[in-house]
Amino acid sequence: MATITYRDALNQALREEMRRDDKVFLMGEEVGEYHGAYKVSRGLLEEFGAKRVIDTPIAELGFTGIGVGAAMVGLRPIIEMMTFNFALLAIDQIVNSAAKMRYMSGGQFGCPIVFRGPGGSALQLGAQHSQAFESWYAHIPGLKVVTPATPADAKGLLKSAIRDDDPVVFIEGEMLYNTKGEVPEDEYTIPLGKADIKRDGKDVTIVCHSKTVTQALKAAEQLATENIAAEVLDLRTIRPLDTDAILKSVAKTNRCVVAEEGWEFAGIGAQVVDVIQREIFDALDAPVLRVTGADVPMPYNKLLEKAAKVDAAKIIVAAKRVLYLA
Amino acid sequence: MATKILMEALSPTMEEGRLVEWKKKEGDAVALGDVLAEVETDKAVMEIVARSAGTLLKQIAAAGATVPVSQLVGWIGQPGEALADGAPAPTAADASGPVVSAAPPPGTAASPKAAATPASDPGSSRVKASPLARKIAADQGLNLASVAGSGPEGRIIKRDLDAVNAARPASAPSRPSAGPSWSVSPAGPGLGYTDVPLTQIRKTIAKRLAQSIGPIPTFYLTTEVDMERMWEARASLNAAGEDQSKISFNDIIMKALATALIEHPACNAWWQDDHIRYWNDVHISMAVAIPDGLITPVIRHADRKSLRQIGAEAKELAGRARNRKLMPEEYTGGTFSISNLGMFDIDEFTAVINPPEAGILAVGRIAERPAVVDGAIAIRRRLRLTMSCDHRVIDGATGAAFLKTLKLFLENPLALVW
Repeated sequence: MATITYRDALNQALREEMRRDDKVFLMGEEVGEYHGAYKVSRGLLEEFGAKRVIDTPIAELGFTGIGVGAAMVGLRPIIEMMTFNFALLAIDQIVNSAAKMRYMSGGQFGCPIVFRGPGGSALQLGAQHSQAFESWYAHIPGLKVVTPATPADAKGLLKSAIRDDDPVVFIEGEMLYNTKGEVPEDEYTIPLGKADIKRDGKDVTIVCHSKTVTQALKAAEQLATENIAAEVLDLRTIRPLDTDAILKSVAKTNRCVVAEEGWEFAGIGAQVVDVIQREIFDALDAPVLRVTGADVPMPYNKLLEKAAKVDAAKIIVAAKRVLYLA
Repeated sequence: MATKILMEALSPTMEEGRLVEWKKKEGDAVALGDVLAEVETDKAVMEIVARSAGTLLKQIAAAGATVPVSQLVGWIGQPGEALADGAPAPTAADASGPVVSAAPPPGTAASPKAAATPASDPGSSRVKASPLARKIAADQGLNLASVAGSGPEGRIIKRDLDAVNAARPASAPSRPSAGPSWSVSPAGPGLGYTDVPLTQIRKTIAKRLAQSIGPIPTFYLTTEVDMERMWEARASLNAAGEDQSKISFNDIIMKALATALIEHPACNAWWQDDHIRYWNDVHISMAVAIPDGLITPVIRHADRKSLRQIGAEAKELAGRARNRKLMPEEYTGGTFSISNLGMFDIDEFTAVINPPEAGILAVGRIAERPAVVDGAIAIRRRLRLTMSCDHRVIDGATGAAFLKTLKLFLENPLALVW
């Protein structure tokens, strides 16, 4: 297996799927000449030409709407959001058009489209550019939401997203683009809706996705030095949620912490907790705790920003609390 | 909604407080932080302040009343508001005793029913337990009301049930089994003991019995042992050995005691106020009279030592004890004591427990007494043993079963090497 970056893994997925199916095309701000704001589309314009790698004006609602229309008539658009903060401008097309098309047309129109780009906070990008929106999209029936944490998952999941016949919101981790990992050289896909145990453990389950997977793994490593075996369960796909994997893990460990970058209120963790308490109430030895971003617009100040964000230390504290050790 | 005014723990050791004086009358407006009442704790007179604003609706505890920590003393709310639970209460005078008392009336100490009633907040009869703990308890038929919870607000969690299971002493085998199953400690290997949190029933037993008899609620069990065969065994062993390695009956009894304790770990324990420490090893404290008192040198790991080792060590320790040459670590850390007054021609006696140990064995003289053997009266060498038991740790049947094993060992010398 080759060790490559998350960015290059995504690039491989785009390239392979564009080679595989000429209905697939990429559209968004700076995706062509500039190779994407985060260089995910490097070399694609050169290989596939301006007809399939399309630079757009700064007009998210417009080009997202074009994408939805193209998908309705049989193409497979990939709409790159420079970041998901800008998708707020396009959310009417995503929620009201893409997500509902199959339902409202009585199945006459599908909408095989991928909305992709970075989400979450990076470093000191301020309140408007440091947001994790996966819970917004996961709220909508008709949308699938994917949040890969590793290069291998990013590639395998993006290929599945592109091949999916329904709209997929594919949120990449802005801080993950430079992370490296082993990626299989052969053709592979990872099915949507399947969580992955990134680390085995018996004492407490840490449910996480995207950037919090890295933090949870770090926390688990630290906890292991204190003889606490934490299981790190990467959701990978937020919707459909892999409830079987969650329930199986928590039934084993009896304790659970849910970590996510977004805000607490109506967050992903709320859904995870609900499923656990409803399905396996008797397995719980402690209330499930959540580790989330602070309930504030992201501060610009570096120290305040750090205080507002999830990190491994906060996950460790929560894990110890559900073990009644802190 | 009306809020409760509770007797607060105003000092780390406070268990109850005497309400000296109310500073607000019923119907008075109360602001956050207002002093509501003065309370005399075990250390000083302190103030209870309002944790919410409103009107003092009701004084549940009257001035002069002694109220356990976290019990209701009054209500704050809006005028005319109905109070939860109806919370009826005296407001005046008859205030010498606790207004709210969870303790059963005196005189019922021996009743298992009374002892099994955990003292709890009368407002919350619900046992707090995690869902998992409830399921485990249901599966195993455990009564959660008798389990002490170590989670927040006394919540019973899985580890509390693990502790209860670990603490359940295996019923005494009628004869020594192949090996002690007790030595596997959930606290991890190498610790030498297992700490078990007190269950509610254990707490209640401890509290009620201590009220009745003193800080260590002691009871006594006496048995008479036929020593004929041990007499022969000792005589032949000593005839075979060197002069200086002669073993005494006391050495034999210590060996038997240690072996029996391994069989009955429930008696090899320390009372530790909030938990019981069950020792995996047996260290026998041996009472030795010295000119101005007595001291208890400890034979460590007596269960693993041979009779000759025990005999030599006991002799050596007793000698240095009389010369006041013992180091502190040589007379502390025992798990069970033995006191022998047989050489003073005492038939039987009761010994005083050496805390935190839970038991002591009082050994009388070996005397020729008429005994019924095979349906006929015969003159036999007989020994009377009396065990003092700390009832907080050892119950009657537990101590009796242990004593029965000890008797079996002493009447069948070979059983010691079974």
